Amino acid sequence: MRTPLSRVRGLGSAHEGTGHFWKQRLTAVANVPLVLGFVWFVICALGSTRAEFAASAGNPFVAALLILFIVSGVVHMKLGMQVIIEDYVHGEGAKLAALMGNIFFCAAAGLVGVLAVLKLAFGG
Amino acid sequence: MAEISEAGNGADKRPLSPHLQIYKPTITMTMSIVHRITGAGLYFGTLILIWWLASAASGPEAFDFAQDVLGSIIGRLVLFGYTWALFHHMLGGIRHFIWDSGAMLDKHTASKVAWASLAGSVVLTLLTWIVGYAAM
Repeated sequence: MRTPLSRVRGLGSAHEGTGHFWKQRLTAVANVPLVLGFVWFVICALGSTRAEFAASAGNPFVAALLILFIVSGVVHMKLGMQVIIEDYVHGEGAKLAALMGNIFFCAAAGLVGVLAVLKLAFGG
Repeated sequence: MAEISEAGNGADKRPLSPHLQIYKPTITMTMSIVHRITGAGLYFGTLILIWWLASAASGPEAFDFAQDVLGSIIGRLVLFGYTWALFHHMLGGIRHFIWDSGAMLDKHTASKVAWASLAGSVVLTLLTWIVGYAAM
């Protein structure tokens, strides 16, 4: 019973409206302080032993910073690489494979990173 | 009529819209291209970050090995490039936030902001490494 206007309202040809743009900007805004915090963390970690590194990553605030940076980062990466693929890969099969590979890459990188931080945070 | 394509509609004779090589490079155009290149570089550079964190979680030997590799001359060069790409992409993103608001879009201001973000990326990279070496 929906009118044609209600069906297309806010969706557009990709069926997600401005969702991609919004998520790109949201993660970009989050990434600015997270990147600066991460750079500060790396500088503090320079020359540290594994025990010192684990202790500093075990601080809940540092662990939270790292996890937020990884998650916001890989989502931003997935969105950005998707645009690059859509711009340059025109064959339907290759494009589909690249879009899937992009999601697998970002999900795997994000999961390994978060697990590593959690292990350090819980004293592993 | 001159030659007609096999399709018979003359599609191959229609003028094409000019592409990149037609235009004289401008700073805004170059920064736009570099923004995409640094983004792609950071995408694959993330593997270094994940490898580093995973090595720390794996144990002292793995972490020492990763620290040695990243601390080598080649490791430092790669990380220096990674730092610059990170700051260039970050400042490029901030430039996009400003443009999203509708500000600084006129030609001359946009060029100045593009030059400023390039200079800023170099300054922030050098500053980070100076602080890093001082902290070591």
